[in-house]
Amino acid sequence: MARREVVLETRNLSMHFGGVRAVDNVDFELREKELRCLIGPNGAGKSTFFKCLTGQLTPTSGDVVIRDIPMTGREPHAIAGLGVGIKTQVPNLFDGLSAYENLWLSARRWHGDKRASQLVKETIERLELGEICSATVGSLAHGQRQMVELGMVVAAEPWLVLLDEPAAGMTDEETYKTAELVREINKTSALIVVEHDMNFIRAISDIVTLFHQGSIFMEDTMDVISADPRAREIYLGHKS
Amino acid sequence: MRLYGTFSGTLVVAGLAIIFTLLAPSIFEFFTIITLTQVIGLSILALSLALVWGFGGILCFGQSAFFGIGAYAYSVAAVNIGGSTGAIFIAILAAAIFAAILGYFVFYGKVSDVYLAVITLTVSLILYSLMRRTSGPEYKIGKALLGGFNGTGSPPLNVPGNGSAMLFPMQTFYVSMAVLITAYVFTGWLVTTKFGRVCVSIRENDVRTELLGYDTRLYKLGLFSISAGIAGLGGVFFCVGVTRVTPDVFSLGQSALAIIWVIVGGRMTLIGPILATFVLYFLTSSLGSQQVFNANLVLGIILVIFVLLVPNGVVPTIAGWFERRRTKRYIRQKERRMKLRKHRATG
Repeated sequence: MARREVVLETRNLSMHFGGVRAVDNVDFELREKELRCLIGPNGAGKSTFFKCLTGQLTPTSGDVVIRDIPMTGREPHAIAGLGVGIKTQVPNLFDGLSAYENLWLSARRWHGDKRASQLVKETIERLELGEICSATVGSLAHGQRQMVELGMVVAAEPWLVLLDEPAAGMTDEETYKTAELVREINKTSALIVVEHDMNFIRAISDIVTLFHQGSIFMEDTMDVISADPRAREIYLGHKS
Repeated sequence: MRLYGTFSGTLVVAGLAIIFTLLAPSIFEFFTIITLTQVIGLSILALSLALVWGFGGILCFGQSAFFGIGAYAYSVAAVNIGGSTGAIFIAILAAAIFAAILGYFVFYGKVSDVYLAVITLTVSLILYSLMRRTSGPEYKIGKALLGGFNGTGSPPLNVPGNGSAMLFPMQTFYVSMAVLITAYVFTGWLVTTKFGRVCVSIRENDVRTELLGYDTRLYKLGLFSISAGIAGLGGVFFCVGVTRVTPDVFSLGQSALAIIWVIVGGRMTLIGPILATFVLYFLTSSLGSQQVFNANLVLGIILVIFVLLVPNGVVPTIAGWFERRRTKRYIRQKERRMKLRKHRATG
């Protein structure tokens, strides 16, 4: 079987803050409909790498290429404008607007009014947001806000999805629901998921990339990584 | 889409405004009608600020700069063309183009909101200072003398296509009201379009809007230019009402007044700032004529009271009060129905 096309890659990507090398010469590839989890201890460079991909940070050196288009240092709207769905670490929503309005703004970026309204309706049913869809997002609980933001990604029907800690602060039930949703999104889209929750990663991941000190330490399945003593030492901070 | 307001609500208000226009000549004295024409110009300025600040979240402290550009552009163009119709369009375009050039450097230069307020105010004050220094006969554009401190005369409106058929004050009032209503309906429609809703989302969260794939700089620039064009239109009807334009249209006081009208009326509405302009103008005018209280002092006290006690402004506060009453009534009815159902089931 032919290998799938590379949809996102970084070449020698580096991001330095003064003398700190938050991301250091990272070569990374993501193929069509691949689901890749990025893990690593705090300060490993995952979120900085994520922000370089989404255009929130301009890398010090190196390249970000999305579907053969050089996107290094481009504005976030230009990257999202390629059909990339982005969810940031902290729920990033329109607090003064309702959940419905949040979803509509996402869907309307890509579709006409009628199709956008239909997509919003479908997303509300799919994510079971019916009870909160007319509530002001600022008044919702953290887990509900996370679900609304995931809904915003889903409603836009992106072909590439970048999620930074989608399960953070969620209850077990919400985490399970999110894992199901991520799996479902992956049927039509490639995904990069930055996450700390190991159970969540086990539930969704194929290949996991372990970051350490700004570089990729290893890439493999979660079972192989968790069995590796060096990886355990990096992640847990002690030899086991 | 509750928080964006509804266009049908805008049309209802527009309908009430048409009734007011038709009744005004039988309610008010002739002199008041003439004054109303000036206030209509000012209320269009307030409307433009409500659009850019209230809906777009862009605090433009120097909105009066575009108001003044509109007033001067109209006066100069009308004198040179010899008619008002084309001059009105020139005034709108002059204000909008000036805003587009200024806005390009501000938004694409990623200037923060606070500095934007300072820059727009500074531009307004520069224009104020500049126009005050144009008193010599050498300062003229075509046939129109700029007049320095005393300003320049603003020709009255005329029948389109006939520069010599001037409109009477009553006719000018009707035209002014028609323009105010049209501007109000246009802005009311604009905020319900995709463009308007994206502008509201930028006000709510600039970064999130960007991450959805919207070029926020372009939307801000568009809104800034449109609101400037509306402010320019306000300048036209103000100077037509006053019959001349002076550098005072660019003054700090004029800029501050527009902010006060929007704060008092309610920044998240379009009708609130319009009503506040009318009420506060006539309040300060009557206080000024009585000479009991200093009008500016009263205006300052009103501003402090509103900022502290009614921060959302009059119209949103009243609307919120009705909304809460309606919600309470709905909950009571629901509880009553549930009780009744329970009662029937048990007994």
